[in-house]
Amino acid sequence: MNFNATLIGQSITFIFFVWFCMKYVWPPIMNALEMRKKQIADGLAAADRGKHELELAARKAGDNMRDAKVQAAEVIAQAEKRAAQIIDEAKTAAKDEGERQLAAAKAEIDQEANRARESLREQVAALAVAGAEKILRREVNAQTHADLLGQLKAEL
Amino acid sequence: MASEYASSGDYIKHHLQNLTYGELPAGYHRHDGTVLTEATRTFAHGAEEAKAMGFWAINVDSMLFSIGLGVLFLFLFRIAAKKATTGVPAGLQNFVEWIVEFIDSSVRGSFSYKNAMVAPLALTVFLWVFLMNLMDLIPVDWLPYAASMAGLPYLKVVPSTDPNVTFGMSLSIFFLVLYYSVKMKGAGGFFSELAFQPFPKFLFPVNLLLEGVGLIAKPISLALRLFGNMYAGEMIFILIALMFGGSWILAVFGGALQWAWAVFHILIITLQAFIFMTLTIVYLDMAHAEHH
Repeated sequence: MNFNATLIGQSITFIFFVWFCMKYVWPPIMNALEMRKKQIADGLAAADRGKHELELAARKAGDNMRDAKVQAAEVIAQAEKRAAQIIDEAKTAAKDEGERQLAAAKAEIDQEANRARESLREQVAALAVAGAEKILRREVNAQTHADLLGQLKAEL
Repeated sequence: MASEYASSGDYIKHHLQNLTYGELPAGYHRHDGTVLTEATRTFAHGAEEAKAMGFWAINVDSMLFSIGLGVLFLFLFRIAAKKATTGVPAGLQNFVEWIVEFIDSSVRGSFSYKNAMVAPLALTVFLWVFLMNLMDLIPVDWLPYAASMAGLPYLKVVPSTDPNVTFGMSLSIFFLVLYYSVKMKGAGGFFSELAFQPFPKFLFPVNLLLEGVGLIAKPISLALRLFGNMYAGEMIFILIALMFGGSWILAVFGGALQWAWAVFHILIITLQAFIFMTLTIVYLDMAHAEHH
């Protein structure tokens, strides 16, 4: 073994290499490793949280569905009730209307009948006058015998 | 390749010699018989010349390969660190993160204090040592042969077979251990840890000797374990490479052996890098630990 200044040179080189490694190589790599470890841990935690939230959401959705079903049933029941009511109302209204129309028709018929009777009376009176005229042939003044004719008319 | 050398001994020696650059003193008898009239800066030819250069010489090959590999590692990891995203990692980032997490879990396993320096230190130690060891898997003659074409007399490719390299690291770690020992326990606390155990206080010279040896043994064993393993592994590769110079039967057998040893060596180089890193972490953990 032959020792010489290489010993010193090697020591200096070694110290420089260690310094360089310590300053520029080790920290960035370790940082990246640590950061990645943290990211993975965060990711896993987020996934757990997501799963939990999904569970909650599913439960909530189920609850909502049940509520909605109950509400829908209520609405349907109400609607059916209302429909029956409307039908009933419509039925009564129709009945009333029918009765009303029937009454109106009856009244009109009565009116018509009266009118016909009136006109018939007029015509009979005229006919009677005409008949009387024909019978009497002359000197029959309608005005003079108006009372008589009116009486006759009323009797018809 | 071995046939180009005078003997297999020369071949081995050549492969174990670093490319050393330093100053030879005036009046030195060089390997080719010339005598230097004045002090000359040059590459050493052989172990003798390298030794004659004294301490102020430098193993150019070790420095270049180790710095190159270290820069390669830091460059790749810096790219990954710059691009690091928290999204799905791909390609380089995936690979880098895999290693970083492995180091991080190792550090968390053996180091129980808060210190932002230990994990990057462990990462640097592991990958740098691993890459330096990995050079061992390159067939032993390729790079030295290419270097000799380029005019360089020697080239030792595996930096971790140079004790300067392993001791450079282990001594730096040792100073860190001393620094943190004093910082965490105070100078008095550190001294009492060395002097007042395992035996009662009045035996403190014995304690000091025992604990002192234990303390010194840490960097030495750390460096020697890595150096020894890699040196031995390289030596076996060189010995196997010698067989290629023999008959063709020997060469085929050598090829099979080289393959088998390389496969086994993949385990060794990884294991040595891991051991070096783990012991670094453990030593630093002990430096932080309060007196039991």
